[in-house]
Order: sequence, then C-alpha cells, then structure tokens
Amino acid sequence: MHTGAKRFLLAAIFVAAVVSFFSAQFNRYYLGIAIDVGINVILAVSLNLINGHTGQFSLGHAGFMAVGGYTAASITLALSQKFPAAATPVLFVGALLAGGLTAALAGLAVGVPTLRLRGDYLAIVTLGFGEIIRVIFENMDCVGAASGLKGIPNYTNFFWAWSLAAVTVFVVTCLVNSTYGRGFIAVHDDEVAASAMGINPTKYKVTAFVVGAFFAGIAGGLYAHHKQFLSPTGFDFMKSIDIVVMVILGGMGRTTGVIIAAILLTLLPEFLRGFAEYRMIIYALLIIVLMIARPQGLFSFGKK
Amino acid sequence: MDWFLQQLINGLALGAIYALIALGYTMVYGVLRFINFAHCDVLMLGAFAAYFLAPAVAHVFAPESYLGAIVIVVLAAAICAVIGILIERLAYRPLRNRPKLTSLITAIGVSLFIEYACQLEAVFGAQTRPFPKLLPQHDFQFGGLSVSSNDVIVLVVTALLLAAMRFIVMQTKTGTAMRALSFNEEAAALMGINVNRIISFTFGLGSALAGVAGIFYAMRAPGIEPLMGVQPGLHAFVAAVVGGIGNLPGAALGGLVIGLLETFAGGIPGLSNYRDGIAFAILILILLFKPAGLLGKSTVEKV
Repeated sequence: MHTGAKRFLLAAIFVAAVVSFFSAQFNRYYLGIAIDVGINVILAVSLNLINGHTGQFSLGHAGFMAVGGYTAASITLALSQKFPAAATPVLFVGALLAGGLTAALAGLAVGVPTLRLRGDYLAIVTLGFGEIIRVIFENMDCVGAASGLKGIPNYTNFFWAWSLAAVTVFVVTCLVNSTYGRGFIAVHDDEVAASAMGINPTKYKVTAFVVGAFFAGIAGGLYAHHKQFLSPTGFDFMKSIDIVVMVILGGMGRTTGVIIAAILLTLLPEFLRGFAEYRMIIYALLIIVLMIARPQGLFSFGKK
Repeated sequence: MDWFLQQLINGLALGAIYALIALGYTMVYGVLRFINFAHCDVLMLGAFAAYFLAPAVAHVFAPESYLGAIVIVVLAAAICAVIGILIERLAYRPLRNRPKLTSLITAIGVSLFIEYACQLEAVFGAQTRPFPKLLPQHDFQFGGLSVSSNDVIVLVVTALLLAAMRFIVMQTKTGTAMRALSFNEEAAALMGINVNRIISFTFGLGSALAGVAGIFYAMRAPGIEPLMGVQPGLHAFVAAVVGGIGNLPGAALGGLVIGLLETFAGGIPGLSNYRDGIAFAILILILLFKPAGLLGKSTVEKV
C-alpha cells in the first residue's frame, strides 16, 4: 500500500511538472479550471479525513480555508517587493505553510472544546466558527475589511495546485492506513469500544481536525494566489457546503470516490452556467436522496 | 440608566423570539436526538404564510385588528405544523434507525432545499419584501423610555406559549409519551406508545412555534426574504444549547440570555460590529465549562 501511494505521489508530481512546463500552450480558461480542480481536491480530501474517516461532522472547512488564504496572502503582499524574483517559490511555499499552520492552530482552538462532545455539536460550532471568521475579517481593516483583499500576486500555477493535491492525498492515505490511523476508523466505527481498547477518542478527533484544517489552510493559500482576490463573503457557509457535498457524493471515508466527486463538482458548474440558480437545489436534493438511498456515496463500490 | 432599561426591553423582546425558536429545536432534539436544521426555514415559511394571508384576512376582519392578527398567526402556525410533519415523514422517518449523522446531513439538505427553492423567481424570489403591519402600533413613553406595543405583545404571547408548552409536556398524556420517548424509545414503544404519532406531534408543535416566532421576527425585521431564518435560527440553536438541549425551561432561559447579551453588545460602539459572532463565542465558552448547558443535567453514557 505504501509503495503504491509513494508511486502515486511521484507520478502525480511528475505529471504536474510536465503539464506545468507546457502550460503556456494551454487555453488559460481551462488551465484555471484545472487549478480549481486541484484546490478542490485538497479541500475535499482533507475534509474527508474529518467527516469521513473519523466520522465527525465539520461545517467550517471554508473558515479554515479563509484563515489560511488571508494569512498566506498577507505574507506575500508584505514581502513580494523585498524578495528577488528568483526566490518567489521560496516565499510562496513559506506563505502557504504559514497559512496552513495558522489554520491548524485555529482548528486546534475550535476542536479542543467541541470534540469532547457528540458530533452534532461539532457541526453547529464549526458552522458558528465560520461565521465568526467572516465577521472578524469583515472588520479587519489591514486585510481590506468587507471590500476584500486585492492585488495578491499570481503565484499559484498548475504545478503547485496539482502536486500539493497529490501531497494531500498521499499524507491522508498514509495517515489513515498507518497503525496510528486505525484509531481514526475505530473512533468512527464505535467511540465507546475504541476508548475501551485504550484509544483516546478526543485525541484522535482533534488530530484529524487539525490535520484537515492545515490542508484547508494550504488550499486557501493556493486559492488566494490563484484568484488574486479574497473577500470574506467568499468563505461563507455555502462554500463549506460545496466541500461537504463533494465528500458525501464521493462517499464518506472513500478517498478515490471523493477525488472523483471533487473533480466532477468543479467541472459541472462550468458546463451548467445557465442553471446556476438551480445548482444549490440540485445539491440539496442530492444530499437528501443519497442519504436515504445510498449513504455510502455515489462513487464507492465494493467493501470499504 | 435609561439606556440600560431600553436595551433590557429590546433584549427581552429579541430573547423571547429566540426562546420560541429554541423550544422547537429542543423538543425535536428530545425525541429524535438530532438537530433539525430545517427548523429555521420553517420559521421563514411562517413569515411568508402570514405575508400571503394578511391581505385575504384583511377582507374579512378589519386591517390591523387584533382579531385579524390572531387569525393570521393561528393559520400560519397551522401551515407550519403541517410542513414540519411533512418534512419529518418524507426526509427523517426513512432514516430513523440509521446513524444520527445521516439524519443531521439530511436535515442540512432539507434546509438548503427549502432556502434555494424559495429563492427561485417562480416561488418567492430572492428579493426582500416589506412585511405587512398586522397590528396597530403604539409607542408607550415612560420618561426617556419608549416601549413598542409589539414588544409587549411578543413578550406576553411568548410567556403564554411557554406556559402552554410546559403544560402539554408535563401534564397531558401526549406530553408524558413525549418524555417517555426521549428517555428510551424502545421501552416507550413496548409500553404501547405510538412512536410515529408522538414524533409527528412533536414536529408539528415545534414547527407551529417556529411559525409564530417567524411572524414576530418579521414584525421587527426590515423585511422578509427566503434566507431570513438562518441568522435567528442559528442564534436560537445556540440558545437551546446554552440552556441545556432537551430542556424546555433551559431553552427559554438560553433565549433570553442570548437576546440580552446581543442587544447590549449591539449598543456598545466597539462591540457592535461583532454582534453576530457573540452567540458563538458564548456557545464555545459554555461547551468548555458546562457542556450540558445552564439547566441541563450531564448524563453518563451507558453501554
């Protein structure tokens, strides 16, 4: 399994590098969508660690994305003039890491009080956390307050989006399949039995939450340097729901299914521009019907 | 001092509305153990029901009359009760014996469906509509204080409804069945309680309260639109948790606490921008220090 995962990681990074090398040949519009796909794969796979593998229900993934995005963008905005052009990748990676770590800290701050409790509290607290984040950014003048943060340098390219998506898939897969990671699945299956076996459910839940938040922060950084503009309303509840739908559609706890769902749900709105107002209605119906008829998700076949 | 009393009255009126909504959350949580996310949309539907009923009722009763307002509120509450029962039957009942997470996700789906379906032009449309005046409005002046008659009515009606709920849950046979169900569903069924009927009744009751709360909320808000329920719904849910979810007096207390704190924070210049975040900050504090809520009893999970 691990050698397979490593091969996957190396192959994905190689493909990302090759495609990125020829990126000037591609239509910019399609390239932009491809970068969106990469970012959404990171978001969906990291949320899957929390919602799927560990069986907690977070509705605040967009909040962590916002924390990471704003942190990374503030760093590059402050330092991009002082850095030589050749060193921008270093600056970019540093900013992304800082964004991810800040988001992870936020995840720790939210997770510790709530994860001791039952799952539905987590849903509502993470939802509330997303609201608090939005309110805070709307009142922070140093990041543009309600009018948003403009002029972020365009550092995100195909290579970064796809290779970081591959890294996310790799880390989450290895984590879940490791000896330690069995704990996530144990907590998901039966918390009481898991704690009887000497597993501390809270510790595992918080770990999953912090790792998930870290990657959401990275995705936020990529998003900021891709769209070059951040506004607090872009990270509202609906953004979180978008990610949740990817996880549910793909099958909670099934990485491959979630990746397929993330790709499909990024591409679909591009083809259905005329049906924009029906998009959320379709998502909502999809959630209800899937939960009643096929709770294991659309793209999950065989035994988990 | 005037400022303080004025905020106190405003806060109590807002808190009373939160309390009405929180009651619905808490009752449904009591019997089914999950958060009915669609509750806040039932509230919105209640306000829209009143919006469409008002012109029709004005033909029969004098416009802005108390009798007309009572008819509108009762009809809107009945419509909401039917909607609540339908939601439970169609979306939640098939999931009764599945993991609770499944019900929670479905509830979010139902909530999104109602919100976005209502935003379609063919349904209500996304624009804000002015809410009709249902009641003659007076402002009572006490020294520097101004108390609107609407606030007084909201407080009185809420107090009456709270008392009625307490009576239903504690004194009637149906209420005893509700409590038995929340204690242990299987044992309740073995004692001959019709579980489906009691759950439907609970949904109907909670949704009717949400409908009344929706009308009260719309009377204070600048207008009504399909997403109007989201904010009060979230804050009322926090109120239910703060008071101790599953506990009726707790929901009322939590509602008043959240309403008062928000109103006072809204009146302080530096804090007013963060008003919407305050409920959640309180929620996190409560969960840290008293996870069972102010009036809830912490229970030990038995295996």
